[in-house]
Amino acid sequence: MQVETDHVFKALADPTRRAIYEGLTRDGEQTVHALTRRAGISQPAVSKHLVVLKRAKLVRHRHEGRETHYSASPQALAPLVDWMSVYGAFWRDRFDRLENLLDRMEQ
Amino acid sequence: MINTWTDSALTRTVVVEREMAHSPEKIWRALTEGKLIEEWLMTNDFLPVVGHRFTFRAAPVPGWSGIIESEVLVVEPHVRLVYSWGSMGVGSVVTWTLTPTESGTHLRMEQSGFGPDQEANYKGAKYGWNKFIGNLERIVGGLES
Repeated sequence: MQVETDHVFKALADPTRRAIYEGLTRDGEQTVHALTRRAGISQPAVSKHLVVLKRAKLVRHRHEGRETHYSASPQALAPLVDWMSVYGAFWRDRFDRLENLLDRMEQ
Repeated sequence: MINTWTDSALTRTVVVEREMAHSPEKIWRALTEGKLIEEWLMTNDFLPVVGHRFTFRAAPVPGWSGIIESEVLVVEPHVRLVYSWGSMGVGSVVTWTLTPTESGTHLRMEQSGFGPDQEANYKGAKYGWNKFIGNLERIVGGLES
């Protein structure tokens, strides 16, 4: 689980990869060629980014003829949503400690 | 370039509230005296002075420095305390509200924002968090469809 979370965070830490992922989320399935045209970087560079996104399970692909089609798998964002809720747990724990301190303090 | 990240509104909010059998004055001390803050939150160089910049420090863990950059924004003794809370390039605001009750105090903490902080904007993609959290909600919102 931790490893998967790391992959998701690392994959989305790069602005170009985020843009590719965003494009797939917004516009649906696209070929590597189409992604390359829009990204303004070389196809090998786009392919490298797609490998990282695939490792994080943020995108899936299928082959059709000579083209590979990529689409977004937003379910993989779940670890990030969990991460946001970490702050809730953090503050509840700190409230416990605060209350404990108050109990020990003089009036 | 595919560069269509939009500055969508950032509305992530965490709220924790609790009734405490202690006076607002006593809770205020625990919220604003550095040594007391350290006992329940983190080491710090906090001062209850609007505009004071300070840091909270926790033990660093892999991928996180353990440092939270903050600035005091509002000080209303015994009533309200607000400071910014910036970490990992994600900025937020923490608001403490103290309301007297018959048996003590209703204490409310709201942390909201989770947007890119200025330091991260300055550093550009170093942390890579710019605009990301803001888009998270919208993307996750799309999960339903």
